[in-house]
Amino acid sequence: MFVKIDKDKCSGCETCIGSCPYDAIVIKGEKAEINELCQLCKACLSVCPEGAISEVEEASDIKEKSEGKGVWIFAEQRDGKISGVAFELLGAGRRLADKLGAELAAVLFGATGSDANELIRWGADKVYHCTDEIVNTFNDEPYSKLLAELIKQYKPEIVLAGATPIGRSFIPRVAASLKTGLTADCTSLDIDDESKNLLQIRPAFGGNIMATILCPNTRPQMATVRPRVMKRGEYNETAKGAIINVSAGDIKSRTKVLQTVKEVAENAVNLQEASIIVSGGRGLGGEKGFELLYELAEAIGGTVGASRAAVDEGWIPYRHQVGQTGKTVGPKLYIACGISGAVQHLVGMQSSDIIVAINKNPDAPIFNVANFGIVGDLNEIIPMLIKKIKEVKGL
Amino acid sequence: MRVIVCVKQVPDTAEVRINPETNTLMRDGVPSIINPYDMHAIEAGLYIREKAGGKVTVVTMGPPQAETALREAISMGADDAVLLTDRAFAGSDTWATAYTLAKAVEHLGADVILCGKQAIDGDTAQVGPEMAEFLDIPHIAYVRKIEEIEDNRIVVQRLMDDGYDVIESSLPVLLTVVKELNVPRMPSLKGKMAAKKAEIKKMTAADIGATEENLGLKGSPTQVKNIFAPEVKKDRKMLEGLNEEKVMALINELQVMKCL
Ligand SMILES: Cc1cc2nc3c(=O)[nH]c(=O)nc-3n(C[C@H](O)[C@H](O)[C@H](O)COP(=O)(O)OP(=O)(O)OC[C@H]3O[C@@H](n4cnc5c(N)ncnc54)[C@H](O)[C@@H]3O)c2cc1C
Ligand SMILES: Nc1ncnc2c1ncn2[C@@H]1O[C@H](COP(=O)(O)O)[C@@H](O)[C@H]1O
Repeated sequence: MFVKIDKDKCSGCETCIGSCPYDAIVIKGEKAEINELCQLCKACLSVCPEGAISEVEEASDIKEKSEGKGVWIFAEQRDGKISGVAFELLGAGRRLADKLGAELAAVLFGATGSDANELIRWGADKVYHCTDEIVNTFNDEPYSKLLAELIKQYKPEIVLAGATPIGRSFIPRVAASLKTGLTADCTSLDIDDESKNLLQIRPAFGGNIMATILCPNTRPQMATVRPRVMKRGEYNETAKGAIINVSAGDIKSRTKVLQTVKEVAENAVNLQEASIIVSGGRGLGGEKGFELLYELAEAIGGTVGASRAAVDEGWIPYRHQVGQTGKTVGPKLYIACGISGAVQHLVGMQSSDIIVAINKNPDAPIFNVANFGIVGDLNEIIPMLIKKIKEVKGL
Repeated sequence: MRVIVCVKQVPDTAEVRINPETNTLMRDGVPSIINPYDMHAIEAGLYIREKAGGKVTVVTMGPPQAETALREAISMGADDAVLLTDRAFAGSDTWATAYTLAKAVEHLGADVILCGKQAIDGDTAQVGPEMAEFLDIPHIAYVRKIEEIEDNRIVVQRLMDDGYDVIESSLPVLLTVVKELNVPRMPSLKGKMAAKKAEIKKMTAADIGATEENLGLKGSPTQVKNIFAPEVKKDRKMLEGLNEEKVMALINELQVMKCL
């Protein structure tokens, strides 16, 4: 494929030039021209008022599609505990599998048989389980070799993993060895009605823009999925499924984990586990504002979050930051105080169940994602709110 | 010790904005920079040279303009630089990029390969680990500290969600690095002079012995279907009245929703 500008249609208006992230469009002889910097990102296709820009397919674009059946999710565990993202993947995977009329399987390395059963109760039809010593702790090479082997043997059509330090580290090796595509850090997944291809949607350019990625010809289609964005499926106490024990054979590792150090205690702000988050932005006006926010958090039983602007001002440490370059959260209740609602903030908290926004500017974009909006000065609203909550709770 | 640092020239995404009317990127006047994480990879390369001796080579795959990024790396202290540039590389996704870089590394030879954690335009963090697979060598991602480095062994700290792991690996190895690892140095006067004079070695697909069908768009399993502005949901309810009434209304709603 390549991108072409129809010289006859081009009016030389230069609209397309600014749309190109790679400076690949230049004006020559009063007409736009695409040069060798083009990365085929297609950002320019929709901007031309004359409709002069189009993509051109080449014979070599048409490839034979490889085969695959079933949806797999990789259930990661650390210290024998399956991480939350595995259950979210089962929720997302179940939806995709049902749409395809296919089976949903989970792959579990390490942990126990009762953990494998838990995956079945959360929606898996099947679990491929390896309990060999070598996969008890995470090491990239054994994990990627074993997963690649299993994929070659059972040929799933989709493989999903968490976009966690573990998933983002070893899954690329699997995709590289299978010569198939991998889409990083997806925030939404769907099946294309016509082609049945997986639509993989993810933020790019620092969250400024969203992209839909396809892997049309090779199988499996692989994606890592951002934690806390997908919803868990239904838990079924009596669900039954097959547990298939698999062996790692004589797979070796050239890396060795010498020590695992937990840095929790005072450093940890458990934003990602919190069911209520009260979050503050530049509108709080300073450290004093955050003292007020902490009071609200205490009254309502929540954890304090922040926008990047508040963190950059030094009013609160980075570990509280929510958004594209901070944490992604999905609490039951998110109260945004004095936060304007820039896209980079929204991507980190949009999947919260209920969003409340308090902002003095009625046009602040945060209100677009809010279930409940209060236009007003937070210096008046928050103290009132604290007082009322305390009354209601009988504190 | 032969060290190769992979750097990418990227638009400074902190300054990229989206035009809300046309849903397209507005890139006017946005500067091209070395991917910020790759600056830390360069610094790590220089650190390893100080510790273990040897040579630091920077490599980039990109258009001819990417030469600027390589000269900047030399001004920081890198010994030499290679620019992989060829029409055939255009449209590479992470698979094809990693394949191309791996071919170049194979050709050049290396004991330690350094990459940034991720590039800020695509934010994928996939090229490093994919490259390691092509080279059939181990890799360690999210390196936040290099504890020891010897002729055939390295010990590093890998950042995890809940702390860090201390990991040992044999060499050759590929590391992807995070910002916590170090503070990239400023170019020295001597470095700036060297950068001006340096000869940047250019290599094409043929020079690195790459297979045509694995390159660029042809070699890329993934495709961008479309790009669009982030959407927002719109089932909001604005609470009206005096401040006191708004707060009461909110309390009621939260009680109904069982949040209180
Ligand atoms: C690559 C990149 C990554 C980024 N990552 C993140 C990220 O992870 N997280 C993040 O949050 N941002 C991120 N940003 C920054 C983001 O673009 C915004 O700049 C930031 O979110 C703005 O923070 P804010 O809403 O607190 O501040 P502002 O935009 O300044 O908004 C302050 C709001 O407070 C309101 N206000 C002021 N006074 C009062 C008052 N007395 N009562 C009530 N309301 C009041 C104002 O009306 C305004 O809406 C990123 C940006 C880039 C380019
Ligand atoms: N075109 C390229 N040339 C050189 N290095 C690259 C290129 N693309 C990616 N890299 C390296 O791979 C890392 C991860 O990039 P990415 O997978 O695109 O997020 C970067 O920090 C670079 O070190």
